[in-house]
Amino acid sequence: MILKSLFSGDMPRSRVLTVLLLLILAGLLLTPFVFPGAKSINVAAKICIFIVLVSSFDLVLGYTGIVSFAHTMFFGIGAYGVAIALTHMGPTWGAVAAGVAVALVLSLVLSLVIGLFSLRVKAMFYAMITLAVATAFMTLASQLSDLTGGEDGLSFKVPTILQPSFSLREAPFLGVSLDGKLISFYLLMAVTIVLFLVMLRIVNSPFGRVLQAIRENEFRAEALGYRTVVYRTVSNVLSALFATLAGCLLAMWLRYNGPDTSLSFEIMIDILLMVVIGGMGTMYGSVVGATLFLVAQNYLQDLMKLGSTAASGVPFLRNLLAPDRWMLWLGLLFILSVYKFPTGIVGKLRARLRSAT
Amino acid sequence: MSSPATTVPVADALPAVKMDRLPLLLVPVLALVALPLTGSFSTWVTLTFAGLAMGMIIFIIASGLTLVFGLMDVLNFGHGVFITLGAFLATTVLGSMSAWTESESLIRNLGAIFPAILVAMVVAGIVGLAYERVIIRPVYGQPLKQILITMGGMIVGEELIKVVWGPESVPLPLPAAFRGSLLFGEAAVEKYRIAAVVVGLAVFAILYWVLSRTKVGLLIRAGVHDREMVESMGYRIKRLFIGVFVAGSALAGLGGVLWGLYQQGVTPQIGSQVNVLLFIVIIIGGLGSVGGCFLGALLVGLMANYTGFLAPKVALFSNILLMVLVLVWRPRGLYPVVNR
Repeated sequence: MILKSLFSGDMPRSRVLTVLLLLILAGLLLTPFVFPGAKSINVAAKICIFIVLVSSFDLVLGYTGIVSFAHTMFFGIGAYGVAIALTHMGPTWGAVAAGVAVALVLSLVLSLVIGLFSLRVKAMFYAMITLAVATAFMTLASQLSDLTGGEDGLSFKVPTILQPSFSLREAPFLGVSLDGKLISFYLLMAVTIVLFLVMLRIVNSPFGRVLQAIRENEFRAEALGYRTVVYRTVSNVLSALFATLAGCLLAMWLRYNGPDTSLSFEIMIDILLMVVIGGMGTMYGSVVGATLFLVAQNYLQDLMKLGSTAASGVPFLRNLLAPDRWMLWLGLLFILSVYKFPTGIVGKLRARLRSAT
Repeated sequence: MSSPATTVPVADALPAVKMDRLPLLLVPVLALVALPLTGSFSTWVTLTFAGLAMGMIIFIIASGLTLVFGLMDVLNFGHGVFITLGAFLATTVLGSMSAWTESESLIRNLGAIFPAILVAMVVAGIVGLAYERVIIRPVYGQPLKQILITMGGMIVGEELIKVVWGPESVPLPLPAAFRGSLLFGEAAVEKYRIAAVVVGLAVFAILYWVLSRTKVGLLIRAGVHDREMVESMGYRIKRLFIGVFVAGSALAGLGGVLWGLYQQGVTPQIGSQVNVLLFIVIIIGGLGSVGGCFLGALLVGLMANYTGFLAPKVALFSNILLMVLVLVWRPRGLYPVVNR
């Protein structure tokens, strides 16, 4: 019962999916102990951050049916908020709080303005406008070098307890030193889990149901008496706020932020791939999508290197399998997803269950 | 039985649509505003001409996109792939004819550029045909899926281009006869920009002629205006659309050659980089309008060159600034297509 209310009544509803999610959770939790090394803990942290970011994007794309290309803008606002505050105010918790608060307010205002001005227009027009706005914002961030460090970005210190040099106790625990890095990692995980559950709560609330009704048939939702523009705007704002928090997490983890780490259009495309492959309109899809994508990004390349070496005699195939071309395969998977299984991996797993019973 | 009301003169029954000339003034007005700001007349001539040339190239790459959007309500986020494709084909063709491009003779240079353009247009057109069949056909009338699927097309297309030509940037030097500038009094005008203006005007003239003087053009315009009406008159608008899509892809291929030569180098990302620019141009022009697209492209080109000279920091925003100003004046663009 507790579990059910924790998940807002939206259980995974598929045995395979449940196992998958448990595996991901266990994998992330145990990463520092099972897969020692800087790379694996970095990948795990990034998975956590992107789970928040991708879930927040799913809120607008999957649940409300709005395509916004300005999502990384809010991600960037969060990251820059923390980065700028910590650079100028020194590594204190007060600075973190100030940075997060200012970033949230800025995102709130911006997303409200964009939403109210342009959510009335058609889907394509909205996609185009947000793309233009996001580009302008990125140019702005790289131009205001006094504030944002320009193209070089900002490196800064985090509060003492999170610094890698901080140590909880001298002796390592189970072979892992209990340093600030480990504390940041588990703090990050805790925040991720809380934010994810909150979003799950939102989409399964009556408000979330209205969003889905708008996605399915906006005209009908309007006819039922819902002011769709208001709902769409609120969904847009909420999603922007969660993206901002994800940005804050990113900056805290990397202790660095620059235009390419949080604002670039490549990240926007990555999020799009994660949402669609994982499953639009299913919060769990964000978990699966983000994990799959980041594991592929970091480890598929090694696998492809093997394939590439095996096919080294065949000129064209060799290039197709080159490790740098991994996006080609994910891109194809993306297109297939949109056509063949629009609800992504999670939707496919759930559908299998339904047809079996 | 006939009442006086039914005997109206024929001319009144079908009043001629009055051409909206106001937006046409924007280009000269923008140029005149810039004249005192730039300081010297010769600099102004140089900047204006450079801006117009850039605008012409932008128009060529954007024209196909706006036509497709007007006719079928399909916004192709993958349009940039055809631009990249055209530019890379040009590097291959021109690279293999270096003896001709390095020659000082204009005839031999043209003899290299002409096949490059032809190859770029034909290949881009064929790929466009396949793209329409595979990518776009299944998602007509579903805006959300269209955006997603054409984004996917762009990702995969860009990766495939990297598979063929590699991920690095490839230089695309101008043929010898197009290098350098001509001097008109004090004003220096780059030779290549003159060529770009000539090609741009030719493309605009041909498009204008096809759209306003031929039956196909009539159908396309009617389709943009009211698609269902054309369909109900028995014309297969989908077939028309495929033709427009292929032509639009071929134009993007041509634009890619010109753009690549303009930048003197090609990267696999140039297509996705100009995407934002293209969207701005067609939003300014009014979605679906070729004339508006032409005006919008010229305005963006001029604005970029003036601000690049006067205030380099503003230059990066200039096109977005322009878009906002135009949308404040006319919220649906300069020449909005009716019924949308």
